[in-house]
Amino acid sequence: MAEIQNYTINFGPQHPAAHGVLRLVLEMDGEVIERADPHIGLLHRGTEKLAESKPYNQNIGYMDRLDYVSMMCNEHAYVMVIEKMLGVSVPLRAQYIRTMFDEITRILNHLLWIGAHAIDIGAMTVFLYAFREREDLMDAYEAVSGARMHAGYYRPGGVYRDLPDSMPKYQTSKWHNAKEVARLNANRQGGLLDFLDDFCSRFPKYVDEYETLLTDNRIWKQRTVDIGIVTPERAMQMGFTGPMLRGSGVEWDLRKKQPYEVYDRLEFDIPVGINGDCYARYLVRIEEMRQSNRIIKQCIDWLRANPGPVMLPDHKVTPPSREHMKGDMESLIHHFKLFTEGYTVPAGEAYSAVEHPKGEFGIYLVSDGANKPYRLKIRAPGFAHLSSLDEMTRGHMLADVVAIIGTQDIVFGEVDR
Amino acid sequence: MLENYLPIMIFIIMGVVFGVAPIVVGKVLAVNRPDQAKLSPYECGFEAFEDSRMKFDVRFYLVAILFIIFDLEIAFLFPWAVVLQDIGMFGFLAMVVFLGILVVGFIYEWKRGALEWE
Amino acid sequence: MLEAALAVWDSIPVMIQTVTVLVIEVVALVIPIMLSVAYLTLAERKVIGYAQVRIGPNRVGPYGLGQPIADGLKLVMKEIILPTKANKFLFVLAPILSLGPALAAWAVVPLYDGIAVANIDAGLLYILAMTSVGVYGVIIAGWASNSKYAFLGALRSAAQIVSYEIAMGFALVGVLLAAGSLNLQTIVNAQNGGVLHWYFLPLLPLFMVYFISGVAETNRAPFDVAEGESEIVAGFHVEYSGIAFGVFFLAEYANMILISVLTAVLFCGGWLSPLQGVVPDTVFDIPVLGHLLGHGPHWLLAKTSFFLFLFLWFRATFPRYRYDQIMRLGWKVFIPITIVWLLVVGLMVVTGFGPWW
Repeated sequence: MAEIQNYTINFGPQHPAAHGVLRLVLEMDGEVIERADPHIGLLHRGTEKLAESKPYNQNIGYMDRLDYVSMMCNEHAYVMVIEKMLGVSVPLRAQYIRTMFDEITRILNHLLWIGAHAIDIGAMTVFLYAFREREDLMDAYEAVSGARMHAGYYRPGGVYRDLPDSMPKYQTSKWHNAKEVARLNANRQGGLLDFLDDFCSRFPKYVDEYETLLTDNRIWKQRTVDIGIVTPERAMQMGFTGPMLRGSGVEWDLRKKQPYEVYDRLEFDIPVGINGDCYARYLVRIEEMRQSNRIIKQCIDWLRANPGPVMLPDHKVTPPSREHMKGDMESLIHHFKLFTEGYTVPAGEAYSAVEHPKGEFGIYLVSDGANKPYRLKIRAPGFAHLSSLDEMTRGHMLADVVAIIGTQDIVFGEVDR
Repeated sequence: MLENYLPIMIFIIMGVVFGVAPIVVGKVLAVNRPDQAKLSPYECGFEAFEDSRMKFDVRFYLVAILFIIFDLEIAFLFPWAVVLQDIGMFGFLAMVVFLGILVVGFIYEWKRGALEWE
Repeated sequence: MLEAALAVWDSIPVMIQTVTVLVIEVVALVIPIMLSVAYLTLAERKVIGYAQVRIGPNRVGPYGLGQPIADGLKLVMKEIILPTKANKFLFVLAPILSLGPALAAWAVVPLYDGIAVANIDAGLLYILAMTSVGVYGVIIAGWASNSKYAFLGALRSAAQIVSYEIAMGFALVGVLLAAGSLNLQTIVNAQNGGVLHWYFLPLLPLFMVYFISGVAETNRAPFDVAEGESEIVAGFHVEYSGIAFGVFFLAEYANMILISVLTAVLFCGGWLSPLQGVVPDTVFDIPVLGHLLGHGPHWLLAKTSFFLFLFLWFRATFPRYRYDQIMRLGWKVFIPITIVWLLVVGLMVVTGFGPWW
């Protein structure tokens, strides 16, 4: 009798469901997965090494590009670790702004995730719906930082600048007449906070729309329920964090367990799944979007009532205002020193982590007292999740691999760094 | 009688012509610059591990065999269905017996797990 | 002039005359079908576009009406790649084999009372044969490509089609029971007498099974596992490029139209007007309005368009089944339903229950 051979197939990187550049080598018996071997590194850009040759502030831009769908959360972990080593604390208003943008980022990330997950499983409409909402949040990014994706908005000592009082508006063009433009600009008449307030009041309805398409859909349930089950014990052993861990029923969220910024002043709940399957993780993330919306609303209310500085006045770390630079020699020197040499961080090491939309995103920083990191280690949640792919897919079918990649919410920027 | 089938033959020929024509036009009009990488089978940007034609899951053949059985049953049902109004209750009962045997076989397959894919 | 032409015409042997007339008839039917296929692709993009809060193609010509032509031209101008490992003859044969039967099946489709290219008594058998042959195109394409993704697509397609063919066949037997004839003209005429006489009512389960199997048979969402864009990339036609791919594309849409028109003919009264029995019969004698409201091919067109819209709507709404789930649906849900309902219909026919037979 001839030896039975498994079917070995390359899945990715040139594959619509590879979420970028995942290369999987699948060994299959028919369509049942016997072994899934993820090959990473196709998007390796050497972020950790590059960071060792740049002054601290100039590395913020690299952080955006790690997990390129939740930009500000990456920055957050990085600036937090620097603040920790410098021993400075951030003005309260800046903390609220950071919290608010962390949650905006969480919604941005989960919107992309739900779109990609659904289109992987074959429901393509959700993707377009999610991008409609992402557009508004991207506008919020743009209004505050000038960039729609790679913001570079968080700085050690606060945030780059205060929230703008006016939103950029659409102009009439060949494609949009005055009436249409007036409709598009209707919610852009006030400042950023008014714009976000309007978004927050609309957003729950949008989430309901996604749920109408998916949550009770029999096909969706057949494709996600009991797929990729991870027990709570196993999830902890494999270093799962974020929704992947909570989907398995472990109630662990850094925002509650080690509150940073102002999370301890805000009211929100942590959704937890029961089964640890794709469907549970789907429900967890959907609920997280609603909770993030709740947090943003609270932040908006606080920020409206409490104006104040958003940067430390310590100009060794933060830039002085442009106005001062024009008339004050000291300020000009500070500015020059900060943007060329940067600042030095006392020798030592520190780890700081945030509850990133995908899990615990941490930065471990070693400083030798110079103006740039001696060593920077990035703890990316996606890396731990991807390493469990083999275990999660084994025994499932080829189509489930796609669902499991989707549920892990893999982004190769952070896995390959 | 048979002349009724002439249009069908012509239609089939035209169907084939409408399939062949675009390909011929494409062959004539389109550029043709093959190279080795372009002509290699698609496997997500990597070299294939082995030939794609190899032994495959036996369940596919099982389904194919079941299909043949059932398709034959349908072929038997066709003439019966056409004349049922003429043959009345007796014809109906005869077919109930026939379908009964079929259903017994079907239940057996089901219970034996021939229809399971997991 | 005209007489001269007629004289020439008369001098041609009768056999060639018949054939020429037939060829013209066939072309006169096939060209509109091909145009519908082309514009169905535009309709799909528009419908799905509006379902997804966007506009769809609107750049080529007014409202994007030139889009299908532009797409066709683009595909014709693109290189047809013949992979080195492929089985060349089968590779080229496959798209033709998919499109040919999808068009040929139209030979027996009755457009109106007495209007069909071929009015044969084995119409339904012919339809069954043609739709079955069409699926071999997919299987051959996957096999001939000699690529793993294509091979997986072919296997999936084979397994799936094989399962739904049975449910489809049983559903057709139900129609036969009700109509007592294989002739499609007769089947439509047997449904005469108003909406309640159409077969979708007594054969409701079979009607649903037939249409859903039709969706599966044409490899459309949510049953598009043979193509399974996010799983096996494009499945059976992953190696096809240029117009060779285009022919597959045309075949898929031609099959959709065919399934829709068959559903309309077999279950929804074909060209019969739904207003029959609702408004007084005298209305149908009013010159223009009467023709519009009475029986006519435009009702067939409307019914076909409705079923086509369902195809597009499904695609915009549903996630994709996993293929073992498709098989389960086919074998464990559809086949039992159809067998049970066949017996019910048979009993109803024999006892003469209801107004339908």
